[in-house]
Amino acid sequence: MATLNRQKIASVLAKQGILIAFAVFMIAFTVANPKFLSVDNVFSVVRSSAILGVMALGVSFVVISGNLDLSVGSMMSFSTIVVLDLHDKIGPLLAIPTMFGMTLCLGALIGFLVGYLRLNSLIVTLGMLSAIHGLTLTYSGGQNMDIADKSGTWFSVFGQGTALGIPVPILIFISLAAFLGVLLSKTAFGRKVYAVGGNGTAATFSGIRRARAVFMCYMISAACVATAGLIQASRSLGSQNTVGQGLELEVLAAVILGGASLLGGSGTIFKTVIGVLILGFIQNGLLLMGLQFYVQFVVTWVIIILAVWLDIAAKRGKLWSSMA
Amino acid sequence: MTVQSNRLSKALKNGAIWGFIVLELIFFSVAGEFLSLSNKAFMDYENMLLLLKQSAPIGIIAMGMTLVMVNGNIDLSVGATFAIAAIILLDSMTWPVFAGLGDWVIPVAWALALMVGTVLGALNGLIVWKTGVDAFIVTLGSMLGFRGIVFMFNGENPTSHLNWTLVDFSEAKFLGLATASWFLLAVTLVLWFIMAKTVHGRNAYAIGDNREAAVNAGIRVGPHMMINFAIIGFLAALSAVVFYSESGSVNPNDGQLYELWVITAVVLGGTKITGGAGNVIGTLGGVIAIQLLRKGLGHIGADTSTVNLVIGLILIAVLFLDRQLNVQGKEELKV
Amino acid sequence: MNQSDRVLHLDTIVKTFPGVRALDGVSLSVMRGEVHALMGENGAGKSTLMKVLGGIYQPDSGNIYMGDQKVTMSGPLEAKGKGIVFIHQELSLAEELSVAENIYLGELPRKSFGRVDWPRLIDQTNAILKKLNVGFDAKTRVGDLSIANQQMVEIARALTVDAKAVIFDEPTASLTDAEKVVLFDVIADLKADGVGIIYISHRMEEIFKITDRISILRDGQYQGTVITRETNEEAVTQMMIGRELDLTRVAVHHDLGEVALEVRGLSCGKLYQDVSFKVRRGEVVGFYGLIGAGRTEIAETLFGLRDPSAGQILLDGTEVRLRSPADAIARGISLVPEDRKGQGLILGMNCRDNMTLPQVDDLKAGPFVAEGAEIAIFDQYRDRLDIRTPSWKSRVGNLSGGNQQKIVIGKWLSMHPKVLIVDEPTRGIDVGSKAEIHKLLRELAALGYAVMVISSEMPEVLHVSDRIVAMYAGRIMRTFFAEEVTEENLIQAISGITAGEAA
Repeated sequence: MATLNRQKIASVLAKQGILIAFAVFMIAFTVANPKFLSVDNVFSVVRSSAILGVMALGVSFVVISGNLDLSVGSMMSFSTIVVLDLHDKIGPLLAIPTMFGMTLCLGALIGFLVGYLRLNSLIVTLGMLSAIHGLTLTYSGGQNMDIADKSGTWFSVFGQGTALGIPVPILIFISLAAFLGVLLSKTAFGRKVYAVGGNGTAATFSGIRRARAVFMCYMISAACVATAGLIQASRSLGSQNTVGQGLELEVLAAVILGGASLLGGSGTIFKTVIGVLILGFIQNGLLLMGLQFYVQFVVTWVIIILAVWLDIAAKRGKLWSSMA
Repeated sequence: MTVQSNRLSKALKNGAIWGFIVLELIFFSVAGEFLSLSNKAFMDYENMLLLLKQSAPIGIIAMGMTLVMVNGNIDLSVGATFAIAAIILLDSMTWPVFAGLGDWVIPVAWALALMVGTVLGALNGLIVWKTGVDAFIVTLGSMLGFRGIVFMFNGENPTSHLNWTLVDFSEAKFLGLATASWFLLAVTLVLWFIMAKTVHGRNAYAIGDNREAAVNAGIRVGPHMMINFAIIGFLAALSAVVFYSESGSVNPNDGQLYELWVITAVVLGGTKITGGAGNVIGTLGGVIAIQLLRKGLGHIGADTSTVNLVIGLILIAVLFLDRQLNVQGKEELKV
Repeated sequence: MNQSDRVLHLDTIVKTFPGVRALDGVSLSVMRGEVHALMGENGAGKSTLMKVLGGIYQPDSGNIYMGDQKVTMSGPLEAKGKGIVFIHQELSLAEELSVAENIYLGELPRKSFGRVDWPRLIDQTNAILKKLNVGFDAKTRVGDLSIANQQMVEIARALTVDAKAVIFDEPTASLTDAEKVVLFDVIADLKADGVGIIYISHRMEEIFKITDRISILRDGQYQGTVITRETNEEAVTQMMIGRELDLTRVAVHHDLGEVALEVRGLSCGKLYQDVSFKVRRGEVVGFYGLIGAGRTEIAETLFGLRDPSAGQILLDGTEVRLRSPADAIARGISLVPEDRKGQGLILGMNCRDNMTLPQVDDLKAGPFVAEGAEIAIFDQYRDRLDIRTPSWKSRVGNLSGGNQQKIVIGKWLSMHPKVLIVDEPTRGIDVGSKAEIHKLLRELAALGYAVMVISSEMPEVLHVSDRIVAMYAGRIMRTFFAEEVTEENLIQAISGITAGEAA
């Protein structure tokens, strides 16, 4: 009976652990510094997390479908550079859809390679990370990209504007999260994503077109990356070629922190948002405590491993692995 | 039929990377005649020696990655380990404790750096072993964590210390080869010996191929994997030690994306991403192929952007080719 | 047989899993030089018992004795150290490594610097391979061997240790007759050396040929031990299934409906050739044959999972091309696959979502999945098939095998197919559920479904089928009507003995 209770506690911890950890963490920081939960601070955290967050939404689809996407960082650099370049050439109104189209083409290529050709997603997206980086450098000629007239463009609204008193990046992040959350949890497509990630063979045996579902996940990921690139470009109105470098792993960290399994078939958009917020608030909280930004790296490390560890420990009913 | 196609694919796996290198050499030599800005031939002796030297930092780590990937794991934290070892190396030479040592500080600093690398690698391995969390996630985390530790030394400032004895040692040549090249060759040889000849190495293949069978056969999988992580940590540190002895200055962002380069080289060299197959000779080929591509594209006037593009596409093409060679034809179950 | 001759004794072993009493006080003794058969239907507890013996599971109560000594098994390694060797049904080999390395996996001979002592390894291996009389050498890569030869590697492993007891788990499943002879010789040698052998098999003729005693399990309970030469197949079967062998044939239907599915000259490379048959509405056609006879592959072709290399598939008299399961489903074909966990279910998903997965596109409320309709479907089939689960929200992975199988069947029944293909419908599920599923299959036929049942269990095929298609090595050997089939002519047909009148 005692063991049963322990198992029960463990399973509750595993299911809600990330929320509990989040709550404890928020309370601790608020006690330490009352400014932490002020509206201004919360806004600033969410706003600075928006780019990472938007990308994490897309990557959630890819991860739940049982694959990886390591190319989102360099793809985001690509989107940013392209939209900034086109802004001055064809105007923002045309630049934005063109940039989305180009980014979606990249997503389609990855989706084709992983979905239809069934190539290993880790290697494909690793290759694409490098290839898209090269593409970006070729496109920009290695130069930083800047908008000529930084004060005279409405383009800045996506990164710097506010609506209803809320910063636009936050609005984009929240509405995209709501939309994708519903798509994943309420529609037939979402169900198929879980099925394909949970057991691709069984999904095929149930008549689901696995390749198509995987392809669509990469398209969603690319659309999210393009949105993130738009926010990034709009916020800074100028950018380096490497603006997204390294983000792929931070994004993945947020998704895993939210409880998605790299094996696929589990995770939700809501949890990913929590994962993103945890990363954002940790960074912010540690800064408010006067600690350097890099302490955040170390804390994130510990948190990611603890989160995943407790998750699988609850599933196997034992804290330590039985590996001899 | 299947046996034959298996053989073909195996032959390609073993030989393809070297064929590719020859192809690169021919292509860049010929293209260089028309496109190159300098009159120096591409396949110049000096140039090839330089290439081997430049391959060393990635190459040394790639040997360890081969072992880890054959074992069925992956290590994303090598770039950060590399940076930590570099900082320890340079920083420790200025520590007051060692002030009285004179040039004897060099072996001490080397030992410290290598020890730290080994410990960090072993830490990854210990976590993988004890928690059962997948190596991808563990090392993804420690990639961030180790990088954080790097910044703790000097914030965002570079750490510099030039020791001229050390620089002389690094720039020395023995039988025409630079010190770094010797290290690369020695590491390749040692890893080849471990993987092909020793019980530990053969067990690494067995675990990567069929972990359950290995467990049932009584191989202690956990400690075994920890040793391999310690080895790759050691090699990441060795790579840093070799490289920074010469350059004498390390930025906290150094080594970023190394993991991606290293994995690319290993996969190009024929190591199976799921474990169980691969060898360091192939990896050496992969490392050289990438470096050749970098140099070659530079030689014909292309810039780094093209290098990235081409390497990415080649990596995908190799994967595609490998898959096509292993398709069993129409009969195959379409799942 | 006195106590001192006892190699191994399992004493009233109890093992429970959440919701299941897998072993309920099972005892088993093996003597020196004895071949002891362990029999029971799938799910009777044989493999659980062996896992307890191998230390993979710890028993809730009960003891294991070796000789007169009480022992505990902490894992496979300890079992091996005590001289208990398992030869598994599922091969556990590292394909990239050589035969020698596989045989001595975990205990490669060492030289200085941790080097593998290759000459010694090769010599030792070749000595063992010679004993087994196999046609490959120590350096061959295991991945290049046939399945049968891989099995021999697995057996060779057992010969490397000073074995006191060897457990063979369905060792002949993929062996040819010639290879079986070699295997039985090996067993005879072990026996002569005083090794105790536990032999798990469903094949009666083997059991009666090589074993000394037979112990029988049913539903996790020990049914008793009999001396092989003092009993017969009927008696053993009765102990296994706990009732008179129900071989009542179905009343053959002569007023059958239209031909729903017809296959003409269908071939798929080397997997099967020139297969032709018809399935009518209201008819159950059983497909019987050995593993690898091509039955499952035909089902997979009919479900759009394999492209045929020749031949036609006709549904209601019209030729169709089935490129994917989605195609097949759209045309009214359903497949309950062989591998329930690998192909039939998404174990991490809940019961409802698993059941409605093939029709999730059709159950719409606006842009969303109509969850109410899904629950209604789930409730309907839960009641109809008597699926026992706390709620539709339970993860399928937490259900028992029988209930899992019912979820898969419910999933495909809810598609109202014209043709229902069921591959090994009762593999690994308990006797009660088995009978229910058999009854269900007959009911479905009565409702006008065209049903194809693929099974490796003869009583099952005999019990449910109107007609039986016997296959051997990718070909149909003979098609029987239920009234003309006997166990003898069926076994002959699937053994390739008679090149019978192909239908």
